Amino acid sequence: MIFRRRIRRTRAGTFAIRLPDDERELLRHLPGQLRELLEADDPALERLFPDAYTDDEEASAEFSRLMKADLVAGRMGAVEVLEATVDHTEVDEEQLSAWMSVLNDLRLVLGTKLEITEDMGEEEMLASPHAHLFGLYHLLTMLEGEVIEALAAGLDDAGTEV
Amino acid sequence: MSTATPTAAPVEVEDTVPAAWTQEERPWLVLVWNDPINLMAYVTFVLQKLFGYSRAKATKLMLDVHHKGRAVVSSGSREQCEMDVYRLHEHGLWATMEQSE
Repeated sequence: MIFRRRIRRTRAGTFAIRLPDDERELLRHLPGQLRELLEADDPALERLFPDAYTDDEEASAEFSRLMKADLVAGRMGAVEVLEATVDHTEVDEEQLSAWMSVLNDLRLVLGTKLEITEDMGEEEMLASPHAHLFGLYHLLTMLEGEVIEALAAGLDDAGTEV
Repeated sequence: MSTATPTAAPVEVEDTVPAAWTQEERPWLVLVWNDPINLMAYVTFVLQKLFGYSRAKATKLMLDVHHKGRAVVSSGSREQCEMDVYRLHEHGLWATMEQSE
């Protein structure tokens, strides 16, 4: 049996996307929720804007004052790109990077809410009153993994560092 | 705080050299901290993409983050490091900067 990737790089350097309707449907609705949280500067987004300095609250506050609006705007831009391309069967690299950004942000927000740990087992997740959210988290994880694999295939393994 | 420098010959340090000078000279470091959510493949990908690191180097740094809890991913002037932290935060990595000891 030949396993055909659902998200794969084409010879033209674009990305072909084959996803079932239910997953497209999720991707249609979830970005709007991220936008609402961003617009409200919701505390649930704390993980997306960590302190910039290891041990300097004052410098971290100054960094946030100067940079946070741009960080928020970048994330809003990615939400818009995903919403505009959610039904496309082919996207370019910049568009797929926006998909990745939104998927990662959603996982960070949801994973933080669910207090995900590295060694959390499936049984523990299924027994949780939030089992459906763990299911959603896993779906987003799988999707993001496929997006990363497709994008990473275009990187030069040798790097470009001088 | 130690002011010792690992030079071969002993260095005469004048008492009048202001402490701020050595403070200014110490490079800044950008660290990425372990978190249970970001995927290992994602961290490797971001380090390759942002810094142009080889896959091998990015993978080693990612594994350091994973196993040791943190890794220094770049260093330089304060301004350079602030830009690196910004780009890492754009990508959702838990990054901070500090001046080297």
